Amino acid sequence: MAVSTRYETIIGIEVHAQLRTESKMFCSCATAPPPGEKDEPNTRTCPVCMALPGTLPVINRKAVELVMLTGLALDCEIQTAAVRFERKNYFYPDLPKGYQISQYALPLCANGRLEVPVPAEETSVSIGITRAHLEEDTARLQHGGRGYSLLDFNRAGVPLMEIVTEPDVRSPAQARAYGETLRDILRYIGASDGDMETGSMRIEGNVSLRPIGTDAFGTKVEVKNLNSFRSLERAMEFEVARQADALERGERLVQETRGWHETEGRTMTQRAKEEANDYRYFPEPDLPPLRPSEEWVARLRASLPELPAARRARYVDGLSLSAYDAEVLTADLALADYFDAVVAAGIAPKSAANWVTGEFSRLLNQHAAEGLRSSAVGLRPAGLAELISGVEGGKVSAANAKTVLAEVFATGESPKAVVDRLGLQQVGDAESIGAEIEAVMAEFPSQVAEYRSGKPQLFGFLVGQVMKRTAGRADARLVNDELRRRLEE
Amino acid sequence: MPGTLPLADRTIAEVGELLRRREVSSRDLTEACLGRIARDGERLNTFLAVGEERALAAADAADAALKDGGGADKPLLGIPYALKDIFVTRALDDDGQPNGGLPTTAGSRILEGYRCAYASSAEERLSNARAVLLGKTNLDEFAMGSSNENSAYGPVHNPWDDRLVPGGSSGGSAAAVASGQAFFATGTDTGGSIRQPASLSGIVGFKPTYGRVSRYGMVAFASSLDQCGPLVRSVGDAATVLQALAGHDPRDSTSVDTPVPDYGAALTGDVRGLKLGVPREYFVAGMEPGVEAAVRSAIGVLEGLGAEIVEVSLPSTDHGLATYYIITPAEASANLARYDGVRYGLSAGDDDLIENYVRTRGSGFGPEVKRRIILGTYALSAGYYDAYYVKAQQVRTLIKAEFDSVLSGVDALLAPTSPSVAFKIGAKADDPLLMYLNDACTLPVNIAGLPGISVPCGLSDGLPVGFQVIGRAFDESTVLRVADAYQRAAGFIDLRPPTAYG
Ligand SMILES: [Zn+2]
Repeated sequence: MAVSTRYETIIGIEVHAQLRTESKMFCSCATAPPPGEKDEPNTRTCPVCMALPGTLPVINRKAVELVMLTGLALDCEIQTAAVRFERKNYFYPDLPKGYQISQYALPLCANGRLEVPVPAEETSVSIGITRAHLEEDTARLQHGGRGYSLLDFNRAGVPLMEIVTEPDVRSPAQARAYGETLRDILRYIGASDGDMETGSMRIEGNVSLRPIGTDAFGTKVEVKNLNSFRSLERAMEFEVARQADALERGERLVQETRGWHETEGRTMTQRAKEEANDYRYFPEPDLPPLRPSEEWVARLRASLPELPAARRARYVDGLSLSAYDAEVLTADLALADYFDAVVAAGIAPKSAANWVTGEFSRLLNQHAAEGLRSSAVGLRPAGLAELISGVEGGKVSAANAKTVLAEVFATGESPKAVVDRLGLQQVGDAESIGAEIEAVMAEFPSQVAEYRSGKPQLFGFLVGQVMKRTAGRADARLVNDELRRRLEE
Repeated sequence: MPGTLPLADRTIAEVGELLRRREVSSRDLTEACLGRIARDGERLNTFLAVGEERALAAADAADAALKDGGGADKPLLGIPYALKDIFVTRALDDDGQPNGGLPTTAGSRILEGYRCAYASSAEERLSNARAVLLGKTNLDEFAMGSSNENSAYGPVHNPWDDRLVPGGSSGGSAAAVASGQAFFATGTDTGGSIRQPASLSGIVGFKPTYGRVSRYGMVAFASSLDQCGPLVRSVGDAATVLQALAGHDPRDSTSVDTPVPDYGAALTGDVRGLKLGVPREYFVAGMEPGVEAAVRSAIGVLEGLGAEIVEVSLPSTDHGLATYYIITPAEASANLARYDGVRYGLSAGDDDLIENYVRTRGSGFGPEVKRRIILGTYALSAGYYDAYYVKAQQVRTLIKAEFDSVLSGVDALLAPTSPSVAFKIGAKADDPLLMYLNDACTLPVNIAGLPGISVPCGLSDGLPVGFQVIGRAFDESTVLRVADAYQRAAGFIDLRPPTAYG
């Protein structure tokens, strides 16, 4: 992108995230099929979400709470005056009421800010959050067949949160970093699955360029159909280059919506925007104004977990973990909580991090297919802490501790029970190890002699024999020390 | 003289007493109503659907319950009634098959033959009260109208004179109750649609406070003003039916969770010590002298009973009509968007989406409904929103504040219900503005969300006249108390159209 140095990239990002609620926004239909069941079309509907005549919406309190929680996490002001839901009017078959209940004039949350680390640029940027508001999803419209389309109303009325940034994003890499950082936060606070692939998180980028040193915004292009953070970054890169190229050639850009075509790696015009749609917003008369009490907001604020950024900083600055370990731990709230509990049980942070991000996470991933989450693992942090102390105190070998962990995951037994059952207590006292060493030296006198006559490579053989005699339970370091001492005698 | 009227024309209180004394059966009452429906129903065009078999079965079940001594705490047990056809009735079972329930049309072609999958709160509550549902009454399409001439299924005729309108939009309910086809009927009142037809048909119509009765299952016209209430023959019956309808419903977020008092206990017959205001702006120029005379005499009766009458002023009354005709079409334009030919109701079946919308809605809606959708869409459009919708909401706040202020000094207000008696079918049909004036005295009450009742107060040119008692929000009790005291003193309870005497 040779020309990009002449232009400044201006990007604003809109995210739609499905909120993690049990029921829909305005009715009691489930948002997802029961675990293990297939999602058959039009099975999660009712008179309300099908917009039968005479039906009325009832606000899902949990959804309101999740948006406020998000607002608090993004440092927004929470609107505690009367927040009105509004009707956004347009006709389309996927919109059963002929209007979407949304928020317009007064969003629930506004004027926030998010610090976004941008590893690719070795910096971090502060992105202004214009608003975060609550609305409902539409039905799923499937064009297909000849002369007809299919409608699935399972998704109609699922709670959606829209988060809009200020035009503060200055590069495709920043756009991606923003998306990922936001996703981590949404997952952290339990607001959304934040899954781009399944569509529980959808992103649109608004891109424009302006000559460096000028203030006026250029013509804005909205890019949709982004299925991953990588597509977001690639689409922004493509769009920046395309616009710069057009500007260089003196062409006039049109304000339009373009779709990203992943395989072709380019954006294409979806719909030109000659004039803005008139959605005729007006306050939803079926719902009284929402007035979140100060007390409710305070309660939510208190419930807000330590966010990924703050936690990473605490791990690196306070616990001296590597940036990598801090990153891995904080990517999952439950994992980070687990780590904290292991440390609280008396394990040194570095050691706890090694185990939690290493063997523990490996087993966790292995068992993830069975639906196991770190929060649900039978192995309590205290149990892992005990195992780690065992290794550090020489009672269990590191190798055996891994075996124990695997058994714990497989059987749900406590580590101690596994150690006892498999007889994996480490032989750790110098005296009993000494006896085993004596026995080995008696069994292999010629090897002992050869070592003593200048063949140090036989040391390993002898160590191996001691370990074998102790079925791997001997403390390796102790074996080394004791064997060497006796051989040198 | 109670008791001299035919069975079908008596009040709920009277026939309820006969039921509990087992002198008549619910089947007797139901057959009496069905007989009237058979005799006058078609001529007056009161019903859009009648469920005779179901009604008789429900009556027999009620009789069985009465035989077992039931009914002491269920004053509507075994009483035949009608629902305005804007309340959905459950007509499909869990598998989506017809269950013998009645269809719901809202008086519109676009819902012709529509079978709903769920029951309205009104149907549920009256069914729990064990009242006997006879059928669904005719109405102005989507409750938009003041004469019942806007029904896609033809106009309703006034039982007092076939050539006249019964008022609207609950015209079928009013005519049915006035002509002995039902002991009570539900109505909806957005700008006067219960009170005005009650007035023109010579019966009692009560619009409770907005939020007092659930709107769940009431096909929406203008959500912020629509309210359900009873059309009955006496104030006492209004109290009885309201008692069954009122109360919080978690399915309607605008229904208020406030205790429902014992309305019967309010009917003391005593208005001494009450201060009643008469707003001077309600005696408008153009009001028929006979109407004004009847209303003034009603006020005199209340004064004679010991109430203190004071003149008050509600200066923004004039702006009520304009405010109403911005807010209600705006809300209606969105409320009626769901009739798009996609999921239920009429569908033109065009392959092209836009064409299907245009043809479905073009042929499914009548002219008045289209007029209001266009009006509302315009009022909400970019560039006009502030001048119309926002301004109307500001005036609404002002009107509300004026009522609040005046009602802080008086216990209730007395006013005419309609500036005229029933008029000829067709007389105002071509002049929407003239038609809209019918509701000038009733719609401010909706704008302010207050309770208002219309009570017959005599005849003018041989046609019934009603007057309104308007109360403070959620103070239905005082409204009922005043209206009941008047009705007892005035003795108009037995005012019945010629149909009552066959
Ligand atoms: Zn639903």
